[in-house]
Amino acid sequence: MSTQSSPKPKGKTAKAAARRFGPFGDYFVIAAVTVVLLALWEAAVRFWEVPQFVLPPPSDVLGRLAIDFTSGVLIGHFITTLIEVVLGFALAAILGVGLGCAIGLVPVVERIVYPYVLALQTIPKVALAPLMIIWVGFGIQSKIVTAGLIAFFPILVNVVAGIKTVEPRRILLMRALKASPWQTFIKARLPSMLPYLFAGFEVGIIFAVIGAIVGEFLGSSRGLGSLVIQRQAAIDVAGVFSVLVYLSVMGIALNLILRSIAKRYAFWSHRSDAGEHSA
Amino acid sequence: MTAEAAPLLTLRSISKTYAARDGEPVEALKDVSCTIRAGEFVSILGPSGCGKSTLMSIIAGLLPPTSGSAEFAPTWQASRLPNFGIVFQDPVLFPWRDVMANVVLPGEVVGLAREERDRRARELLRMVGLTGFEQKYPHELSGGMQQRVAIARALILGPPLLLMDEPFGALDALTREQMNLEIARISRESKTTVIFVTHSIAEAAFLSDRVFVMTGRPASLRDAVTIDLPRPRALELMASDRFGVYVSRLRKMLDVTRDLS
Repeated sequence: MSTQSSPKPKGKTAKAAARRFGPFGDYFVIAAVTVVLLALWEAAVRFWEVPQFVLPPPSDVLGRLAIDFTSGVLIGHFITTLIEVVLGFALAAILGVGLGCAIGLVPVVERIVYPYVLALQTIPKVALAPLMIIWVGFGIQSKIVTAGLIAFFPILVNVVAGIKTVEPRRILLMRALKASPWQTFIKARLPSMLPYLFAGFEVGIIFAVIGAIVGEFLGSSRGLGSLVIQRQAAIDVAGVFSVLVYLSVMGIALNLILRSIAKRYAFWSHRSDAGEHSA
Repeated sequence: MTAEAAPLLTLRSISKTYAARDGEPVEALKDVSCTIRAGEFVSILGPSGCGKSTLMSIIAGLLPPTSGSAEFAPTWQASRLPNFGIVFQDPVLFPWRDVMANVVLPGEVVGLAREERDRRARELLRMVGLTGFEQKYPHELSGGMQQRVAIARALILGPPLLLMDEPFGALDALTREQMNLEIARISRESKTTVIFVTHSIAEAAFLSDRVFVMTGRPASLRDAVTIDLPRPRALELMASDRFGVYVSRLRKMLDVTRDLS
């Protein structure tokens, strides 16, 4: 997965679908395809009599989802993982934005620090998770740190890219106004960077989920990751599927929250420069 | 008015030498001198890439000259505020700010009180004909309207001087004519001195009290041509014989120097 995503509009295919099936066309198509796929899965499992512990039919998984939801078994694990993800992400966001701004704004910092950052980036960060357990312990902290470590790099890289691609005449305008460096940063650089920042955040939040889960795999009794391990040990495959669904619900919810924030604060990003580059 | 004739800005033998990529020094400007009087509309006319924008940047203090100086009249030199408003070829509006917020930006930077900057912004938006567009965002406006917002923004601190660097170069011909009328009216109403960089002979002649022709490599200013035509000027003026005389004179000055260089 590329960690640097540029803020470009997507959704041409969605638009085409909308034209054919009306305003909710693409949702309708997705729902229909999902139902068909689930039906095929169910039929295949029944037809070939696939054993439960290899692949449970979707009806079993659905039943399990309902039980997990109503029995309250899952909610504690869900909250634990959510806390790890959110705190890890917050850590990554603060450090990523801070260091990213320093690298983007101060040439000396860039020359000295950035090569190390790029070198570190080549290490698969999940491989550092065992180290985090040695350093920070088996508690929730090591999961937060692992989540933060993995989410940190895409945020940092996007912040640096955002700061470096500021339209130079916006800075020139601020100079002509005799603006202080702080004013130039707050009024021109920071808003210019927002589309990149949110692109980094969107990747970062998903990476934070990965980090938290990997941290839990390595040793924990709480969290959705540890629940996966427990159920795997009990060869409870439908149970594992159920956890995976709740995990993806968490990822989607966090992503949607970020997107709505981005829509609010970087609403101009897809069309912003249309006027300025019309020449 | 005696104040009208007082020099506002004096350029004293400004030269600018760049270091090109290969390390060879490139002389962009050589010995540029002139005096701009308060209230004047002055154009700097020259072919593209002749160094007009470089001169503009030096006047704006965005670029240090290699030698020489640009001096404002003492009354303005002491001012804490920028001595000039600047309008670039592109509007350079901030897309995350609506029209109102874009216009008040310079007021925010220098710390003008909110009520005062809002009052001035509304007044300027009325002057540039954008009343009712305060809450619109730049992408919702046409190119000409965006450039009007940029003009209002440049004027909000009430600067003695307005620097315009080919401000209408990115607009279509009809909008451009419209904007020429607008800027003539705005400079009259706001009593602002304007230095207007352009490569359009007709635009320079139509708008200006004086036109400096900038040519040669390195570029310098040739004598100013005083455009002695009554104001306010209507577009029909462009069809008149007197206007035609000025245009051909300016064209000749541009052509002659092209042969020399």
